[in-house]
Amino acid sequence: MTYVHPRNHAGIYHYDELDRQFVRERVEQFRFQVERRLKGELSEDEFKPLRLMNGLYLQLHAYMLRIAIPYGTLASHQLRGLSEIARRYDKGYGHFTTRQNLQLNWIKLEDTPDILGKLAEIDMHAIQTSGNCVRNVTTDQFAGAAPDEVVDPRVYAEILRQWTTIHPEFTFLPRKFKIAISASGEADRAAVRVHDIGLVVKKNAEGETGFEVYVGGGLGRTPFIAPKTRGWLPEEDLIAYIEAVLRVYNQAGRRDNAFKARIKILVHETKLDKFIALVEDEFARIRGPKFRLDSAIVEAIRSHFAPPPFEELPPASDLAVRRRADDAAFDAWVRTNVRDHKAPGHASVTISLKPAGGVPGDISSEQMDAVADLADRHSFGEIRVTHEQNLVLAHVKQDDLYALWQALSAVGLATANAGLIGDIIACPGLDYCSLANARSIPIAQALSERFADPAKQAEIGDLKIKISGCINACGHHHVGAIGILGVDKKGEEFYQITVGGNAELDASIGDILGPALTADEAVDAVERIVDRYLERRQPGERFLATLARLGQAPFKETAYAAD
Amino acid sequence: MALKAITANRLRDGAVVWLGQKGDWVERIDAAATYDEAGAAAALAQAQQDEARNLVVAIYTLDVEILDGAPSPLRTKERIRALGPSVRADVGKQADPIARAAA
Repeated sequence: MTYVHPRNHAGIYHYDELDRQFVRERVEQFRFQVERRLKGELSEDEFKPLRLMNGLYLQLHAYMLRIAIPYGTLASHQLRGLSEIARRYDKGYGHFTTRQNLQLNWIKLEDTPDILGKLAEIDMHAIQTSGNCVRNVTTDQFAGAAPDEVVDPRVYAEILRQWTTIHPEFTFLPRKFKIAISASGEADRAAVRVHDIGLVVKKNAEGETGFEVYVGGGLGRTPFIAPKTRGWLPEEDLIAYIEAVLRVYNQAGRRDNAFKARIKILVHETKLDKFIALVEDEFARIRGPKFRLDSAIVEAIRSHFAPPPFEELPPASDLAVRRRADDAAFDAWVRTNVRDHKAPGHASVTISLKPAGGVPGDISSEQMDAVADLADRHSFGEIRVTHEQNLVLAHVKQDDLYALWQALSAVGLATANAGLIGDIIACPGLDYCSLANARSIPIAQALSERFADPAKQAEIGDLKIKISGCINACGHHHVGAIGILGVDKKGEEFYQITVGGNAELDASIGDILGPALTADEAVDAVERIVDRYLERRQPGERFLATLARLGQAPFKETAYAAD
Repeated sequence: MALKAITANRLRDGAVVWLGQKGDWVERIDAAATYDEAGAAAALAQAQQDEARNLVVAIYTLDVEILDGAPSPLRTKERIRALGPSVRADVGKQADPIARAAA
């Protein structure tokens, strides 16, 4: 049998020489810019936009480097490379974000060119992770594996990545621009309706691939759920339509006020019908050979994401069934963290980065190395990053699940809470972020400890808590079933609770429950809200349905009840 | 009016620093100079020359009080900046042996 290195099957886009040359040139360009800055030949005002274009922010404690992980997909050697960078140039850990990227919090400016050089060696970079450009295109973490997938969305994410990277028209947009793609109209796992453009891959009656398009979603200071602008966009028109949307935004979006510069404000102020008409006019004008997405190009990109060589297996593993019967902890983990796979006898595994009392999305270099090794052993050398700040091994044989679970347990990565109340999204908050008003992480830690009991979590079921440390809403609090927003009141941290948010295709923005609370009060209030839900729900009823049936009053009453 | 100190990030490595009593940039807030309102404005103007000399970036004043003989920030954000993340005692200035010994 010919040995094939697992990374050859990893569903990543493999750079060609042109890609490599471009990234290497950008590294050397930035090295020269850093040298000039340190010598004083560039002022901070001149240098700041240059460092931001390379993902380097100045944060609360030091520089922070945001590394792009295209559509959240990594090969094992790339994760090892990130681990090594974190160990050598940072403090041995990193933080996965809701944009499926990795942030390192303790970076030195003088080291950054070398770090970018190391990234280039593993076909990675930090370009367009900041600035008013098209950011990392995000997508479904189960791409290529989910039974409900219509077409692999990574193909289109990669096409859009290539189209928008250093595109001169899109380098100085009015504000940043985020695109997400859902693999299925049945279950949106990419939160497409809170993005500037959300695409849902679909097929028409003739079996042709196309997209449903949503434009103008976003969170932050003024949250909007994106309205649908097109029910059907043929695959060949993807580039032309995205180009048309971006051109309308580039021309008509506001540049006089950063708080009103996102496309969601343009769509809202222009009114949807008129906005659609503007886009359709531009789309009709530019539609043609130059912007047509050639099917040959699609197929060439698709070849990078070819399914790995799955073994032919029976649909269910007898071994896994026996292990589940013998080991309750393993059984609990399978119930929460393991999903069906389109290939018989396989499964997709969510590696929770949300241990009770832990920091959501944080991972140590040692854990990164362990996950990379396990990906090589069990999932064709490929790892996914989810927008919910977890990792996924997408293609695991069910026969291997027990061994995988044991290995994850040994490195503290087998928390059985994926999709449950302990699986909390939280931004870095005031512990790391210079924009934050309040800490997010300690609230997440207190809540994950409060709800640590697996039986309690299972009883509660699907109830998502999302926490942001400021109104920029990096922790997606607006779309949490229970959302928590940190606010500053005269230098002290307070927390505003919202209920009723939802990031799926039937997305909704949560409503504020009442006055802001102290940290301890907020944690107690959330527990009482959950208890009230358990008391009042009907059999099988999700929190959002109970809330819709009963209204806010019983939850508000208990949240603000005196102890 | 609260006492003031002056802080910045060192350009080369981004480290949080405070203006010290000798006009140098120190890595511990314990060693920071403090000023009244008028003194802070003058010291800030002087410190901004170090920004022009590319030693530091993002200079600003912060409110402090004297606790146990050393400046201590009034606001949570500045306290976290002076120590490190509240959720990771093993990183940041708080992880330094000097800070631990003093704690």
